Amino acid sequence: MRVNVEVNGEQRTEDNVWEGESLLSLLRDRLGLPGAKNACEQGECGSCTVYLDGVPVCACLVAAGQAEGRSVRTVEGLADGDALHPVQQAFVEAGAVQCGFCTPGLLVATHDLLSRVSHPSDGEIREALAGNLCRCTGYEHILDAVRLAATRGGGRRDQEWRSPDRAGRPGAGAPRDTGDPECER
Amino acid sequence: MSTATRETVAGRVGDSAVRPDAALKVRGEFAYSSDLFADDMLWGATLRSPHPHARIRSIDVTAALTLPGVYAALTHADVPGENRYGLDHRDQPVLAEDVVRYQGEPVAVVAADHPETARRALDRIAVDYQVLDPVVDAELAMAEGAPVLHPECPGGNVLRHVRIRRGDPEATAEVVVTGEYRVGMQDQAFLGPESGLAVPAEDGGVDLHVATQWLHVDQSQVAHALGLPPEKVRLTLAGVGGAFGAREDLSMQVHACLLALRTRRPVKMVYGREESFFGHVHRHPALLRYEHGADRHGRLVSVRAEIVLDGGAYASSTPAVVANAATLGIGPYQVPNVRMDCWGVYTNNPPCGAMRGFGAVQACFAYESQMDKLAERLGMDPVELRIRNAMREGSTMPTGQVVDSAAPVAELLRRVRDKPLPPPADPTDPRDLPGGVANTTRGDGVVRGVGYGVGIKNVAFSEGFDDYSTARVRLEVLGGEPVVSVHTAAVEVGQGLVTVQQQIARTELGIARVTVLPADTGVGSAGSSSASRQSYVTGGAVKAACERVRDTLCALAATRLGREVGLVDGKLVTADGAVAASIADVLGDEVIERTVEWRHRPTFPLDPLTGQGNAHTQYAFAAHRAVVDVDVELGLVKVVELACAQDVGRAINPQAVLGQIHGGSAQGLGLAVMEEIQVVDGTVRNPSFTDYLIPTIVDMPPMVVDVLELADPHAPYGLRGVGEPPTISSTPAIVAAIRAATGRALTRVPVRPDDIALAGSASRPVPSRPEVPCD
Ligand code: FES
Ligand code: FES
Repeated sequence: MRVNVEVNGEQRTEDNVWEGESLLSLLRDRLGLPGAKNACEQGECGSCTVYLDGVPVCACLVAAGQAEGRSVRTVEGLADGDALHPVQQAFVEAGAVQCGFCTPGLLVATHDLLSRVSHPSDGEIREALAGNLCRCTGYEHILDAVRLAATRGGGRRDQEWRSPDRAGRPGAGAPRDTGDPECER
Repeated sequence: MSTATRETVAGRVGDSAVRPDAALKVRGEFAYSSDLFADDMLWGATLRSPHPHARIRSIDVTAALTLPGVYAALTHADVPGENRYGLDHRDQPVLAEDVVRYQGEPVAVVAADHPETARRALDRIAVDYQVLDPVVDAELAMAEGAPVLHPECPGGNVLRHVRIRRGDPEATAEVVVTGEYRVGMQDQAFLGPESGLAVPAEDGGVDLHVATQWLHVDQSQVAHALGLPPEKVRLTLAGVGGAFGAREDLSMQVHACLLALRTRRPVKMVYGREESFFGHVHRHPALLRYEHGADRHGRLVSVRAEIVLDGGAYASSTPAVVANAATLGIGPYQVPNVRMDCWGVYTNNPPCGAMRGFGAVQACFAYESQMDKLAERLGMDPVELRIRNAMREGSTMPTGQVVDSAAPVAELLRRVRDKPLPPPADPTDPRDLPGGVANTTRGDGVVRGVGYGVGIKNVAFSEGFDDYSTARVRLEVLGGEPVVSVHTAAVEVGQGLVTVQQQIARTELGIARVTVLPADTGVGSAGSSSASRQSYVTGGAVKAACERVRDTLCALAATRLGREVGLVDGKLVTADGAVAASIADVLGDEVIERTVEWRHRPTFPLDPLTGQGNAHTQYAFAAHRAVVDVDVELGLVKVVELACAQDVGRAINPQAVLGQIHGGSAQGLGLAVMEEIQVVDGTVRNPSFTDYLIPTIVDMPPMVVDVLELADPHAPYGLRGVGEPPTISSTPAIVAAIRAATGRALTRVPVRPDDIALAGSASRPVPSRPEVPCD
């Protein structure tokens, strides 16, 4: 089948996609965007988290065909050219990255959290990131990174990014109180 | 004479330098082994045995080959070299021949143009199995008459037995406590699955890009199986998504190379999560029987112990794990009389080998449980008892080895004990309660407990192994600036070794611009990224190579300038401290390159009868205090806080040291309360992240960490290996805290809800057992 999808602001068309393929394989294996990771393919680890129409989803649980006509933003779309997004910069500085396999998913999840709650409590951070497994860090430096990004207004910048072209779409711009609806755990 | 001012470069040893790969990693642009692509690439897949023990009567791949899009389907008959590999000895077939010895053992491999086509091709391979009874109990496997799984093994199913005898093994004591403990099978559960890309080369060889822990040991095993000289099997490290021991053995390496050489096309193999559970070795499940004897003041008189480690179907690194469990098996305590026997055994369970802590983890759970039991028997404070017996510098190990650098065991214990305790949980916030928001604890029946653990680990390879690393350091001037490149085969698994190498080069040469080249087999072996050894051994090699480069540069400068100079902060400086020249002035377009092979102090084998010998080169210690809240009726545990104190000799990168302590402690927490590969009759029941649980950010509590820096005079910069100790002591501390809260004996990890809620209360109605112990 053919899939048309907007990825990181660019319109992409891919032919001969097998119906059984996930959005995650579409991104990783066909569109040259391996940033989102496959660590379980069961919605358990959050490594594959991307935005689908502004809502974080586990890309491994979304069929490629479900992305037809929709808009996807991946970790590769967070930075502004050479400048890292404040959330990315905070992960670097806080030592929240070891092997880094969990990092793309955590960045998207953090990015989403800070766009909803600009100064989350530790409890809110833990709850929001509970669907993202990290095996290396014990999460302490990840918490540090989220706190650091919050003090630097990581969330404010995100809302600015979202508002112009996302206005009026479901879930866009407006604060939501749900976690990752398509991720279990 | 130049008047340039001297400036100390940032990012030296002791600084929390930012990792050089961090920016790529946060951009999603770091190329992990599962991200690799090549034009015209095929996808490999592996057919695995569904049976833990079976005879193979026949394998027929014909139907797989007729499927359009399939380019190869290979069996053991297609392995050109010897169909054997293994870390310690080669007992494992690349592809099974006439027998399979564990569920998940590779039987055939295919290559196809789409991963789904490859999976379908596997379904078309016909294997005729004659199912055999699996040997699944390690103790029974040791018994006379048990079916022998590896006829060539001289000890029957006993792969290794280490005996240690010290003092009077039959010594009697006033107070004696005994205990039997069990440790379940833990998985490393790195997030980045086994994967790599093999590319056939013009010269008949192959280039393999892979996530591993030790490039050269892979190279030699792959070359042996392919029947190629090692120089025709070239390995380059691809991005590694965590390791923790699980990448020390081969997984897809030979398979991908076989397929690439056969099809003459690049072949990529990537395991899914389920396959990953079958694709690597695990932590040895253990049965441990201990008898501790003490005088009435709590001084240890004797320890007698028997440890059985289930090695599973193949040897992997079991012999070394056995030696660790045995030599470290009484813990960081001074004990005059020791009788220790430790066995590693073949069974038809999944193969076990390296995992962070490597034999020390299992023993620590048992000896620390015993110390608590002894304290209770004596009516003593458990920390006091430990301090009274704590090993220190100059103490003698049960192997007779004298601990010849800092061993601040008592100090570590005091530090965690003296930390303020966390406030009680807020009963109105379910996030703070056992079970969390999704569960049912209301706050009644929740009891707080506090427990302690301290552990010991050897650093680097032991027992006379020729343990070295190779570093090549190059200095040149580019764009008018001195630039250093460091080339080693040392594997960055996430721990921050690339940063450490940069920091060392900056420190030794005073030059800011340091590039760490990709690790590959184009330079000599660095040894394994395991045993907490790389900062020590590869760090030592990089330091030594930098020193050679510096000496060469200074000699060159002396010739050119006509006087003696030294290199200080990246400038050539005379004895009176004046800057004589810049590196660029002296070097011009010359290049200085030096390669050094560097070894730690030698170690020696253990005496086979008494276990005496200086088997280890360095010891490392950590202590934990755990605070838990337990819903004693539901059996749910919430770890409220972990305090840790660890001596790291010298923190090369303090932030990364903390990261190791946090991450290691989390893996110990996992073993304490949730992580276990459930193996029933040799069959794995929970090969997924749905059923094998690792700690989430909700499970992991805040940590309070003290890092001590008591230099080891034998080690580069005085450093002490960091990665493993925190994994060792957090498990017993957490279990001790649960015991304190519940009064249960808890002799097995992971602790399950029914161990807490049901033990000793058979009259209580038995609820259906929750799959999720603590989430
Ligand atoms: S890959 Fe684990 S949630 Fe998608
Ligand atoms: S940094 Fe390795 S999994 Fe998170």
